Amino acid sequence: MSFAAHLINGISLGSVYALIALGYTMVYGIAKMLNFAHGDVIMIGGYVVFVTVSGMGMNPLASIIISMAVCTILGVTIERVAYRPLRGASPLAVLITAIGVSYLLQNIALLVFGSDTKAFTNVVTLPNLELFDGQLVIKSVTIVTVIVNIIIMVGLTLFVRKTKIGRAMTAVSEDQGAAQLMGINVNGTIAVTFAIGSSLAAIAGVLLCSAYPALTPYTGSMPGIKAFVAAVFGGIGSIPGAFIGGILLGVIENLSKAYISSQLSDAIVFSILIIVLLVKPTGLLGRKIQEKV
Amino acid sequence: MKTKAGRLSKTTKNDLITYAMVILAYIVMQLLVSTGHVSSLIQGLLVPFCTYAIVAIALNLTVGILGELSLGHAGFMCVGAFSSAVFSLAFKDAIPSGLRFFIALLIGAVAAALVGFLVGIPVLRLRGDYLAIVTLAFGEIIKNIINALYLGVDANGIHFTMKDALSLNMEEDGVVLIKGAQGVTGTPNDSNFTVGVILVLITLFIVLNFIRSRTGRAVMSIRDNRIAAESVGINVTKYKLIAFTISASLAGVAGVLYAHNLSSLTALPKNFGYNMSILILVFVVLGGIGNIRGSVIAAVLLTLLPEVLRVLSDYRMLIYAIVLIAMMIFNWSPNAIFFRKRVKQRLTAGRKSGKEA
Repeated sequence: MSFAAHLINGISLGSVYALIALGYTMVYGIAKMLNFAHGDVIMIGGYVVFVTVSGMGMNPLASIIISMAVCTILGVTIERVAYRPLRGASPLAVLITAIGVSYLLQNIALLVFGSDTKAFTNVVTLPNLELFDGQLVIKSVTIVTVIVNIIIMVGLTLFVRKTKIGRAMTAVSEDQGAAQLMGINVNGTIAVTFAIGSSLAAIAGVLLCSAYPALTPYTGSMPGIKAFVAAVFGGIGSIPGAFIGGILLGVIENLSKAYISSQLSDAIVFSILIIVLLVKPTGLLGRKIQEKV
Repeated sequence: MKTKAGRLSKTTKNDLITYAMVILAYIVMQLLVSTGHVSSLIQGLLVPFCTYAIVAIALNLTVGILGELSLGHAGFMCVGAFSSAVFSLAFKDAIPSGLRFFIALLIGAVAAALVGFLVGIPVLRLRGDYLAIVTLAFGEIIKNIINALYLGVDANGIHFTMKDALSLNMEEDGVVLIKGAQGVTGTPNDSNFTVGVILVLITLFIVLNFIRSRTGRAVMSIRDNRIAAESVGINVTKYKLIAFTISASLAGVAGVLYAHNLSSLTALPKNFGYNMSILILVFVVLGGIGNIRGSVIAAVLLTLLPEVLRVLSDYRMLIYAIVLIAMMIFNWSPNAIFFRKRVKQRLTAGRKSGKEA
């Protein structure tokens, strides 16, 4: 039974990774850049919900919507101010800028909210699911996260395939120059991608902090990096890949914590990234799924 | 340097200025210390200046000359620091301090070079974003392993485990050298400012000569155009690996200096984690990517400023972040490059017309 419990904990963690990885994979697939600051946008989303719910006593649902709005504006601003001027510059320059943005967000949060850990109130107030007479408890947060994940995954896939903007995204990810020649507004499309990615980050932030209720300015950075590992694992640019990669990574992390060593679980997770990149750089679903987001 | 005085080439002259700058700074600092003009705060910073200068030069070799971003240099520093600290602690009473530090230095450099080589083989097959994230991953793995490692020595030889000090199963006379997350304590304080400056000079000598050498030019040609370099017969993997290994080894030297300046050494996220790697990157970016002299100046300035201006220290990281973003956009944005060119043109045009009139 303990194995099942570890497995469920793993899925719980993994579903959060999956949600973050969806945002990563969108941005990486289209703008071809590693948005290092994604994890920190999640952290900001968490703080917005914390302030509005614990500080102002707002309705959780309203605060999530506010958080999504704040993160969307933040994401688009970051893209406009920091990333757009560097379009066409060397990837090294873009990457260092992204690291700078990540650092900036962390330190702004540090100055505004302080370095102490904030106790986040769980916004998912549904009852937990108890199986086998309470021997196995599945937290409601886990169930909600998995369901939200599936909804977002289906929604994003439909959005990319069926809508005009979605098709424009596919075109931009294939070839920016050619897309521009076909009359697609490349900058606008990338801005929309950042908007979607950042609003997903807000949702991820709420669910991450609900599942692990300790909020600090550095909350987002490690999950962010691990979610990138998940996105690479599943095949970067692939929406179902991000989901599968996220869940698998969460399960592996939790099982290695339980059965191998809690101190080395991070090392094991990162070793997976290295092995995947060396053996199958396209990731699990990289080849099968032809379309990129 | 082989050219005769008076007929020095521009690059040699540039290199000599760099060496002279370091030596001058050393002499001025020593004079100030001996006349008592330097506060104990600054005196405590003298060795860190050298440490950060060395690791900034090392990272600049990877970022500026090889053209790949490594976010794992704190990890190589960590390897150098721990391997040398363990040696110095084990032979604390057996070898006199000068010789001991010299051997510790070699051990740290070789250990970091070895790890750099092993990491480099898989990592350098990748490029760009993937390479950066994998070096970050390796840095974290190294830090995690050292945090979980217990190492002891007794009459039967060396014992190590990942569990705790008791499971080392040592004899009565055994000494625990690495105590897991508590790290290494009691490392002899063998480093000082003079040693540090000598190491900075040696690092500069190695890196500057490497850049001017045939190998260095091959590495830079890979950075500028990999396919063109490959097509003229340059073995891309080999040269990348050479540059990366040297860079890792020098980071290890910085680690040795770091370890022998502190009595207790722990692998915290603060000193050997991802944040440290970013801090080194800030030195390199502010000093100018590919500009070795700039790295030294930036490392010293950015270590000194927050200590002198206490007001700044709260906002230090915030300012670093803004500087990082602003520098990148100003130096690399296609629009900014175009703008700078136009301003330059207008200035030179203005001067010419001024002369004619």
